[in-house]
Amino acid sequence: MSTSDTRSDSGAASRARRNWGPLALALPALLLLVGVIGYPLFTVVLRSLSQPEWGLQNYIWFFGTPVNLVVLQRTFTISAWVTLVCVVAAYPYAYAMTAVGPKARLLLTLCVLIPFWVSGVVRTLAWVILLQDSGVINSTLRALDLGRLRLIRTQTGVVIGMAQVLLPFMILPLYSVMKGIDLRLVQASRSLGASPLRAFFTVYLPLSLPGVYAGAIIVFILALGFYITPALLGGPRSTMLSTLVQNQVLSLLQWGRGGAMGVVLLLATFILLALAGPLMRQKHKQGARS
Amino acid sequence: MAMHPCTRVMLGLSCLLVALWLVAPTLVVVPMSFNGNKSLAFPPVGFSWQWYENFVSNPEWSTSFFNSLKVALIVAVLATVLGTLAAFGLDRMKARTAGLLRMLLLTPMVVPGVVLAIGIYAVYLDTQLVGTLTGFVLAHTILALPFVLIAVQASLEVFDKRLETAAASLGAGRLATFRTVTLPLIAPGILSGLLFAFATSFDEIIVSLFITNPYLKTLPVQIFSSITRDADPTVAAVGTILLCATTILIGGGLFLMGRERRGNL
Repeated sequence: MSTSDTRSDSGAASRARRNWGPLALALPALLLLVGVIGYPLFTVVLRSLSQPEWGLQNYIWFFGTPVNLVVLQRTFTISAWVTLVCVVAAYPYAYAMTAVGPKARLLLTLCVLIPFWVSGVVRTLAWVILLQDSGVINSTLRALDLGRLRLIRTQTGVVIGMAQVLLPFMILPLYSVMKGIDLRLVQASRSLGASPLRAFFTVYLPLSLPGVYAGAIIVFILALGFYITPALLGGPRSTMLSTLVQNQVLSLLQWGRGGAMGVVLLLATFILLALAGPLMRQKHKQGARS
Repeated sequence: MAMHPCTRVMLGLSCLLVALWLVAPTLVVVPMSFNGNKSLAFPPVGFSWQWYENFVSNPEWSTSFFNSLKVALIVAVLATVLGTLAAFGLDRMKARTAGLLRMLLLTPMVVPGVVLAIGIYAVYLDTQLVGTLTGFVLAHTILALPFVLIAVQASLEVFDKRLETAAASLGAGRLATFRTVTLPLIAPGILSGLLFAFATSFDEIIVSLFITNPYLKTLPVQIFSSITRDADPTVAAVGTILLCATTILIGGGLFLMGRERRGNL
């Protein structure tokens, strides 16, 4: 409080002088950002418009080729499924984390954090071992004489693997919102005659929605750009956009086409973020009001 | 909140299933790592330590492990210094400028990995940074920076600035104030940022896959190429080692945090 008072008291000249200090502190990070994120992304955009020659031909090719549109649509469909699976699985789990005693909470937290910290490649490797045709699931089914399931190189396999990798990103924000919900509000609605179900749907669920939105956006955006899991668990019929980008650039050396696909993916991500920002804030306010 | 016993059972059951789904699949690498055959088919046959021996003795594996360690250690220090400086800078700026710069500095978290990877690869091809330590460190540092920024900003938010004013009014210089008051109080934030930065770099795969070459491979790249190339159970041995290390570190950290909190009460 006192610092802000002195700051507003001081003259414009000293304020201008002070403003350079903080910027200088942030400068090294910002320079690195420009050099290692800004300039490379600019290069991608530039190449998508200039290789092999200047013009929009790479975008016309992208939106004019049915295979690309199928993959684009599939990327969104798989991401939506992954998000849905994550919400359904994370909601009761995050709620339980708020409801149990400290020891059980430690255990539940550990179960979320260990996969979160174990390398994503190792977790995908585990899914390959489990889902492959000679994997755990199919060996068990064969032993029980139940035939076999095609899991690897299918969309189902990709969704199962991706949702598991992304689940912590759903549970953690959901938990932090649920932790802050005042349970006396639920009790109040119960004492006023609401059934447990009604109390949940009219009081608890709306209050927890900011957490659901936050988690769902993070999961959806991360899923859109997923590369490793679909590459290892997926087959030709579950290719996602990232794999196509990689294929164009590394195998076909088509920097222009790969770049155009990358720009589409990038734009989709930023548009989603821009749309979700106000939505999350608005719901937050609503939650606080009710 | 009082719950119907039926709801309670359902909740417990779904929790158990989700916990199993989170943890159990990864555990499958443990039996596979002791496989007697050179195959990743289930169930493993026989018992042997040969894949652990291979990890230690095969230069392809041990070199990539030490490469990852080296890169991650440098990245952890670099990202922590840059991220902490930036967090302090943003803390002292006008709210609108700070918000904008924060958003910019967090973009590496949301940019799709492959898009970033082809961009960095293109730039590195022009600047001869492909397959170099500098190249890996620069790319991983910018990817790790958001985590440091978030962690340090969170601890700065709860830090009481009047303590700095108090120190200054008692005659401490700016450096002395920073060293004896500010730094010790936000140390936990900086430390968790450091840990996050290390883990981010140690795990990073997508950008690494593009900027790697035969002379410099990191562990995740080695694991990925091993999975796609052949069914070498050494990957399972590596996975088991990483799993154990992570569990001990995180479990120990949570345990210590819990004990400290109880001690303070």
